[in-house]
Amino acid sequence: MDKFEQIIGEHPLFTGMDEKYLHLIVGCCSNVVFKPGEFVAHEGDKADNFYLVRHGKVTVETFAPGRGAVTIDTVVEGEVMGWSWMVAPYEAHFDARALELTRAVKLDAACLRKKMEDDPAFGFEVMKRFVGLILRRLHYTRLQLLDWYGNDK
Amino acid sequence: MTSSPNPALTDPRILQELAVAASIPQGEAAAPSMSPLPFRVHTSRQETHDTFTLELSPASGAEKYPFKAGQFNMLYIYGVGEVPISISGDPVFPAMLIHTTRAVGAVTKAMKKLKKGDVVGVRGPFGTAWPVERALGNDVVLVAGGIGLAPLRPALYSILANREEYGSVAVLYGTRTKEDILFRRELEQWRSRLDLEVHATVDRATGSWRGNVGVVTTLIPKAPFDPHNTIAMVCGPEIMMRFTVIELMKRGLEESDIYVSMERNMKCGVGLCGHCQLGPTFICKNGPVYTYKEIKDLFRKREI
Repeated sequence: MDKFEQIIGEHPLFTGMDEKYLHLIVGCCSNVVFKPGEFVAHEGDKADNFYLVRHGKVTVETFAPGRGAVTIDTVVEGEVMGWSWMVAPYEAHFDARALELTRAVKLDAACLRKKMEDDPAFGFEVMKRFVGLILRRLHYTRLQLLDWYGNDK
Repeated sequence: MTSSPNPALTDPRILQELAVAASIPQGEAAAPSMSPLPFRVHTSRQETHDTFTLELSPASGAEKYPFKAGQFNMLYIYGVGEVPISISGDPVFPAMLIHTTRAVGAVTKAMKKLKKGDVVGVRGPFGTAWPVERALGNDVVLVAGGIGLAPLRPALYSILANREEYGSVAVLYGTRTKEDILFRRELEQWRSRLDLEVHATVDRATGSWRGNVGVVTTLIPKAPFDPHNTIAMVCGPEIMMRFTVIELMKRGLEESDIYVSMERNMKCGVGLCGHCQLGPTFICKNGPVYTYKEIKDLFRKREI
């Protein structure tokens, strides 16, 4: 088993996935390192990749005039960074920046999308897992909207 | 129209309880009472833009004010009113009575203006405590939201005073912005310890914040504890506690191993007036600290 097979196989996003599918994913992987402050993605740019963060921390942020960069979320070790690659026009909705030295597995979105198109069962399997991830993020975002520390009521 | 007497004032059992509560001698160990004891303000310190800490010492000169982590006092500002405030000091070294609260109502706003030497009335300590003894031998996770860190701090002091008797200890703290972080310097000191995991997250961040962004529940999936041998203590706004309990249970904690601190309109402090009644329980007396198992049926009821 090569290094990527092990990393992908052990990642919570792909837990229990069929080995032949894991093999398809591994074929789209490479390693990447981001220095502190380095942008992982720019709002409006093509979402050509997504990342499994292995070490470090990435902020998801947007720029607001008069306020500077406003951080909306942080993605840390063990989590997945990016889902704009799944839906046309495949453009990043926010900036993403490494807050500290960050190591990640980069997944080539075009490579994976092609494999998903070619094998719809594989495509559905990946989609299901991403929907779970998106649902969890949406849930946390909704809780954030509650502003529950506001007046402690 | 006829008025019927308050049943509490005719029930011999309750009258007996009231008599006992009112007659407990006020010695070195201040005991719950219906009459406030005078305390002097030793220090008043602003914590964040809307929270502050009062350090009080007994006007009688008594050297100690014993309490258990999680208990609260009724603080009386003469001429203004009385409010329940959790004790945020160290139960292991109770030389000074410490309260941290937010200035939101008439009483707490008046309290914020108190100066060194001013006198406040204190009744207490009241209520149940965090399970620091039950947690011995277990991992511990403390989850605090906003000002909820204040009532949990005494539990952490107790645990740290006896640190080797516990497994891993994690503090997960969420607040609105970095400016709202309570006890910031102390949190940083705790985080520098090798035997303590401290994680903070804020809902919104700009500029220099280098920590996590997101609600406190996002910290739970990765917190270092063994769910089969962990006691969780949760304090914060009720809605935050509700979702925190859900995340803790997803990690495998039992309902009876999760403790929450409830807050209602406590008035008498001894379970007589009924202001803090939550279904069949009086929070001032049977709480404020409950296991989730004890309180879960009341947790989601909209009517109470």
